[in-house]
Amino acid sequence: MDGIMSKNNSEYLIERNDNVYEVVIGLEVHAQVTSNSKLFSSSSTKFGAEPNTQVSLVDAAFPGMLPVINEYCVKQAIKTGIGLKAKINNKSVFDRKNYFYADLPQGYQISQYKYPIVGEGNVILDMPEGQKQVGIERLHLEQDAGKSIHDVDPSNTLVDLNRSGVALMEIVSKPDLRSPDEVNAYIKKLRSIMRYLGTCDGNMQEGSLRADVNVSVRIKGSTDLGTRCEIKNVNSIKFMQMAIIYEANRQVDLLEEGEEIDQETRLFDTKKNETRSMRSKEDAHDYRYFPDPDLLPLEITDKFIDQLKSEIPELPDEKKKRFIDEFKISPYEATILVSDIETAKYFEEVVAKMGKNRDMKLAVNWITGELFAVLNNKNIEIAQSPISAKNLAKLINLIKNGTISGKIAKTIFELMLDGDIDPQIIVEEKGLKQQSDPKALEALIDKIINDNREKAIEYKQGKEKLFGFFVGQAMKASGGKANPKLINEILKKKL
Amino acid sequence: MTIDLKTVKHISKLARISLEEKKAEKLANDMNSIFEFIEKLNELKTENVEPLTSIAETTLRFREDKITSDNIREKILKNSPEKNEDFFVVPKVVE
Amino acid sequence: MTDITSLSLFELIKNIKEKKISSNEVAKSFIDRSEKSKKLNAYVTENFENCLKLSKDFDNKPNFDLKLPGIPIAVKDLFCTNEVRTTAGSNILNNFVPSYESTVTQNIWNEGGILLGKLNCDEFAMGSSNETSFFGNVQNPIAKDLVPGGSSGGSSSALAANLTPVTIGTDTGGSIRQPASFTGTVGLKPTYGSCSRYGIVAFASSLDQAGPMSKDVKDSSILLEVISSFDEKDSTSIDFKRNNYSSDLTKNIKGIKIGIPKEYRVDGMPGEIESLWKKGIEYAKDCGAEIIDISLPHTSYALPTYYIVAPAEASSNLARYDGVKYGLRSSGESLIDMYEKTRSEGFGEEVKRRIMIGTYVLSSGYYDAYYLKAQKVRQLIKQDFDQAYNKVDAILTPSTPSSAFKIGEKSNDPVSMYLNDIFTVPVNLAGLPGISIPAGTDKNNYPLGLQIIGKPFDEQTVLNIAYSMEEKINYKNNITDWWME
Repeated sequence: MDGIMSKNNSEYLIERNDNVYEVVIGLEVHAQVTSNSKLFSSSSTKFGAEPNTQVSLVDAAFPGMLPVINEYCVKQAIKTGIGLKAKINNKSVFDRKNYFYADLPQGYQISQYKYPIVGEGNVILDMPEGQKQVGIERLHLEQDAGKSIHDVDPSNTLVDLNRSGVALMEIVSKPDLRSPDEVNAYIKKLRSIMRYLGTCDGNMQEGSLRADVNVSVRIKGSTDLGTRCEIKNVNSIKFMQMAIIYEANRQVDLLEEGEEIDQETRLFDTKKNETRSMRSKEDAHDYRYFPDPDLLPLEITDKFIDQLKSEIPELPDEKKKRFIDEFKISPYEATILVSDIETAKYFEEVVAKMGKNRDMKLAVNWITGELFAVLNNKNIEIAQSPISAKNLAKLINLIKNGTISGKIAKTIFELMLDGDIDPQIIVEEKGLKQQSDPKALEALIDKIINDNREKAIEYKQGKEKLFGFFVGQAMKASGGKANPKLINEILKKKL
Repeated sequence: MTIDLKTVKHISKLARISLEEKKAEKLANDMNSIFEFIEKLNELKTENVEPLTSIAETTLRFREDKITSDNIREKILKNSPEKNEDFFVVPKVVE
Repeated sequence: MTDITSLSLFELIKNIKEKKISSNEVAKSFIDRSEKSKKLNAYVTENFENCLKLSKDFDNKPNFDLKLPGIPIAVKDLFCTNEVRTTAGSNILNNFVPSYESTVTQNIWNEGGILLGKLNCDEFAMGSSNETSFFGNVQNPIAKDLVPGGSSGGSSSALAANLTPVTIGTDTGGSIRQPASFTGTVGLKPTYGSCSRYGIVAFASSLDQAGPMSKDVKDSSILLEVISSFDEKDSTSIDFKRNNYSSDLTKNIKGIKIGIPKEYRVDGMPGEIESLWKKGIEYAKDCGAEIIDISLPHTSYALPTYYIVAPAEASSNLARYDGVKYGLRSSGESLIDMYEKTRSEGFGEEVKRRIMIGTYVLSSGYYDAYYLKAQKVRQLIKQDFDQAYNKVDAILTPSTPSSAFKIGEKSNDPVSMYLNDIFTVPVNLAGLPGISIPAGTDKNNYPLGLQIIGKPFDEQTVLNIAYSMEEKINYKNNITDWWME
């Protein structure tokens, strides 16, 4: 039977006629460097501006215009390299990659070919079956191209150069990825690291993160690499995964029919959900790389690198370890909390505000449960959370110290959403404080037992599950405010 | 080594310069005589020589990350042989 | 008073400062003579009206503290000039009007200079005779149908014919010094990194350098002082301490060591060049210099190296001329068709030839054999000079292997044309300053130049030697105004 088999959660294998294939994936991620101005010019990088309003003479490649490098972009690339545990090269060289295209005003892209700014590193993925290390081949700085718009004017292509010259980091992975799930985890991890570092906002809708996906297949167990195809410029994780699945199956089909795979560049057609060979490449590309004579080699001292190292914040892997060690939460919980820097910040703020008597379990549950649900519903980021970390911490403390029950807390949480209201105030105004006075509760329970004599007898005779009935009645009678722990104790005594 | 007509045509494709047949032949001749003269470099052994990429013996100077370029769309588009108010316009590209 | 246009820049400045003549009179004189000299075809674009207006403005509000107070100056049409058409001698930029100014020309206007016009040149500065210009040949005022040299041929012609008091050119392989030599004028190529390349239409980025062209050495020193500046807009601009080249100028070169490289005695060099060089050595001795024989062993590899490096860089630098943002566009059925037609019609034969060579040497499979090899040999050439400069302060050579030739004489033989630059190219490859000064004439009475090459950033020594030798040589151009008949 043909089909996809799966041994565990993230493995991806293709079975055809008794052959089992695995897919080998390498990614070239293009991440837009977070900076005010472009890599070699002083025009703005802001997203969404009117066409051609953020274009300098340098970006439009006017005669005699020359590139001057932005220090901040260099720092951002180095920081990212440090985040990828990679070797920072003291000397790197900018090359020209020569080709003609409407949105490439210079007729070449300034990139780094032989000598990139960052060398080998690695990224750790947290997969359901455990951790996996993915090798980083290199990271280099390059210019983005402009934008060709094909679908506005029926007979012409329009060119907007606002993006032309924006700094990109191309992060090239080793062919270490084996499944669409791993690609998902890899992209998310990269994005997470860069957001921690503030080097790329990772916004895929705005094109700040795109990837060329290299896909090849081979018989599982083989160590040789198959012929790969490069799927260009895929701009969402979902499309990357769809493209990989399509492409891997296409290649397996070809191999099974005894055909060869052409090493080529392909496009992913998101409407048809298929990859196809790029037609525009009528003659093979020959980029004629050579060192850009307008720029000198980029030399970086160890001191410069050390200074940047000292500015590196705690990164997701370290943070996760600390959360586990310090807060005694599970690795799974820690992974969720650190994946996004804003979530981690929020969590840490909640922890800080909870004070001495903090309850980690409650904090984790409330953030990943109730709060995440609200954020999801409203489709907003945690940074825009309608409830501040401070007030959530207060709510948790109210539960912890027995002022309110977990059930009441949920009611209060809903009320807090409307303007980040202090839960203490809600408790007081609505009189939602938990009843913890044993005498009052005893009276309440006496009345319930009296009203339900028959059931009390049945309980004594051994129908133990009736205990829950009495708890429910007591809670109901108290309007949900009775302290459940005390109710339990009193009921046990009285019954 | 000789540069044949096919090579000349391939190079003209890379350089995006259309070439008439007659001119291509003349160009092949010119290029051959120029390369004959260039081949002199093969007399030199250079295995252990560091290539010189820039004569300016200094390192790359940094610019501050500041936006100093305004919106100069009008100036940018002014010289374009074909444009509209907002864009450069080129023949339709089919990908 | 003698004809204003025959005065040197130094004399003009002096007269203006002493209020003996006005800026407007000066402008009028040069414009008047330029109008009568159209046959030379030195100008591509005239800026006469505006120049007259600006000279009046200067006279109304003079500032005599400036280094070029109200001096009209025509410049090579490779410098982008704000709101004044800039063509680089090419059809592809025929209608291009920049909205910006090159740093070098801006420096001139900042010191009171006024743009007189844009001067003809070989297309994208690729040529040694000004014959590759889309705007036609330029006549050398020395004699009819003689090339003025190139690529700064309009500049050398205009200068020798007194159409501009001084001018600026660019020099990638000899484009200032060779035309100076052909026209009996002075041309200086500064150290790479001295003059900003910002706003100069690029030919070969690692070699291009702007420099002054003038009737005598002192004028070059005045102009160099104005145009040489550190510029943050050019990553290859060097921030070094620049001299006050004109006030530091001295004829005292006693004890200065001048090297004579034996490799510059090339096969087939005319006897008159050899004897000019010998005379030059004697002049240098007379000036008090010490002459030392030196060796620059890789000299004969310079030209082949240059004809890899320069076309390679040019092929990439000229990729931006694609009919999209500015300049010529030919209509095409597709984007690629448009590119190919635009570039085929927009570029002339020599430019296309060099783009083809450059594309070839960078293409897959040939990079190591050509481009990388050339960069290594360039290193060896530079090391030759480094070693020589352990022994000497400057080097004396002929500027060119021959005097000016006839228009059309070499235009069908690219290699023989390229050989013109044999003595000037090594200087660009090593990034050194070099000056050509007129030193004599050949049997036809055509001028011949001597080249003085200096250490990096030591323009002052180069100028001082030239200044000192100039006095001993006492060369005078004999220009008959034949084109005005």
